[in-house]
Amino acid sequence: MNLAAAVHLASAPPVPHAQHGFLSPTGVEIAFLLVGLVTLGAALVTVTTRQLVHAALWLVVALGGLAVEYLLLTAEFIAWVQVLIYVGSVVVLLLFGLMLTKAPIGRSPDADSGNRWAALAVAVAAAVALVWVVVDAFRTTWIDLDGPAAGTTEVTGTFLFRHWVLPFEALSVLLLAALVGAIVLSRKARADADTTPAVHGKEGAR
Amino acid sequence: MNDALDVALRLAVVFVVFLTFPLIVGQTEHKVMAHMQGRLGPMYAGGFHGWAQLIADGVKFAQKEDVVPAGADRRVFQLAPAVALLPYLLVLLAIPIGPSEGAVGQVLDAGVFFVLAVMGVGVLGSLMAGWASANKFSLLGGLRTAAQLLAYELPMLLAAASVAMAAGTVSLPGILHAFHWWWVPWQIVGAIVFFVAGLAELQRPPFDMPVADSEIIFGAYTEYTGLRFALFLLAEYAGIVVLCGLTTVLFLGGWHGPWGADGLGWVWTLLKTAILAFLVIWLRVTYPRLREDQLQRLSWTLLVPLSLAQIALTGIVKVVIS
Repeated sequence: MNLAAAVHLASAPPVPHAQHGFLSPTGVEIAFLLVGLVTLGAALVTVTTRQLVHAALWLVVALGGLAVEYLLLTAEFIAWVQVLIYVGSVVVLLLFGLMLTKAPIGRSPDADSGNRWAALAVAVAAAVALVWVVVDAFRTTWIDLDGPAAGTTEVTGTFLFRHWVLPFEALSVLLLAALVGAIVLSRKARADADTTPAVHGKEGAR
Repeated sequence: MNDALDVALRLAVVFVVFLTFPLIVGQTEHKVMAHMQGRLGPMYAGGFHGWAQLIADGVKFAQKEDVVPAGADRRVFQLAPAVALLPYLLVLLAIPIGPSEGAVGQVLDAGVFFVLAVMGVGVLGSLMAGWASANKFSLLGGLRTAAQLLAYELPMLLAAASVAMAAGTVSLPGILHAFHWWWVPWQIVGAIVFFVAGLAELQRPPFDMPVADSEIIFGAYTEYTGLRFALFLLAEYAGIVVLCGLTTVLFLGGWHGPWGADGLGWVWTLLKTAILAFLVIWLRVTYPRLREDQLQRLSWTLLVPLSLAQIALTGIVKVVIS
């Protein structure tokens, strides 16, 4: 989100604040607000519903709503990447995991956590911090929707690889480390299983 | 007003294509399979060579009772066919069939990402159906669908990324404007990887382990009847049209052809798409189903390395010629 906003900052000169106001919203602003409300509602249902698979499906709505918000901010590239990675892969992985468990149809009686208040506190703190930072950074920045699109792939790519190369590469290394870690973990499990006497012959190794 | 009319007309054309092309592929499949297997196939409906068989099938589907199993999650069960079908309609909007502005539903800046992202969403429909049916065969089918998608999404993306690198753009018409004939041999490995991974994502034979009708009774769709089942079938055939169209646009030069480039580009696009669709049907008739572990091995040990090699090759050639 920050990246998309930063791209707009860089490419489009900030329009003076005086021309805009909150009292006469345009259609896009109203749509942005409504989609935001839907996204927030879906996110709330995701964490409060007792039906596990429904939670995953509401997560699809929340992540899709976020993609629509990116679109409304003219960040087309980021919107589609959001759909591709989060809706297309992360949620599928989540559903795959849920299917491996005994996710029942209907309510899961044990789909509750004793940590809910701690989780709520952390979530509220994170939200306050993010909103504060974003509001503080972009308070008087407006996107000119009528001008050239400020979030196209070209603009995003230029900005990413010209001004943010180091964080980008650092993130790549981080992901690589996670990948290597995953491989190490899965191999170690297999080696342990091999050293213990396999009860069911070949099947025991799994 | 003119703009609104233009948008409405484009949407109407895309919708008509969406409703007719999958049916044409389905009818072709009937006939091609019949010929390849040395049998007649449906010959009576409509008189001449059973041309109306698909219409008869449609009427049959519409007449059937719409059953929701007692143990199923009703809303998710009923929503699943729409989730499976609608993404392909959206993808068709972005596929250009000709060089002019009027030959594409909507020009998108990040077209490649759009089509791959939205195609991935379609699989959610199968997962929802598999889980919500309250049927162990459906659940197995859903599991296999998810495993297959996770394995084949990566090589498909990498192959598409190779073309985007070659063209220097991720817009579908932009890629075609940058196309030269020698891209076909240059990107041929990527093309094969993309097509094979796409087949696996559509769960077409030989990658139809998730719907294997002879062992898990059509997987996620076991409990579906009537129109909802027909919608899933339509999604499969719409998926064939979309995959063949995309392979044509990304790897085979779309509207470019040896001759007749002016005004007849759409004929080339449709011709290449049709040949690829024929290939899809041909593969269904000729190849046995891959086992689940063979499926995974093919993707992770063959397709992913091949697509990475293709990206490396694309990068090297790109640096050399620029």
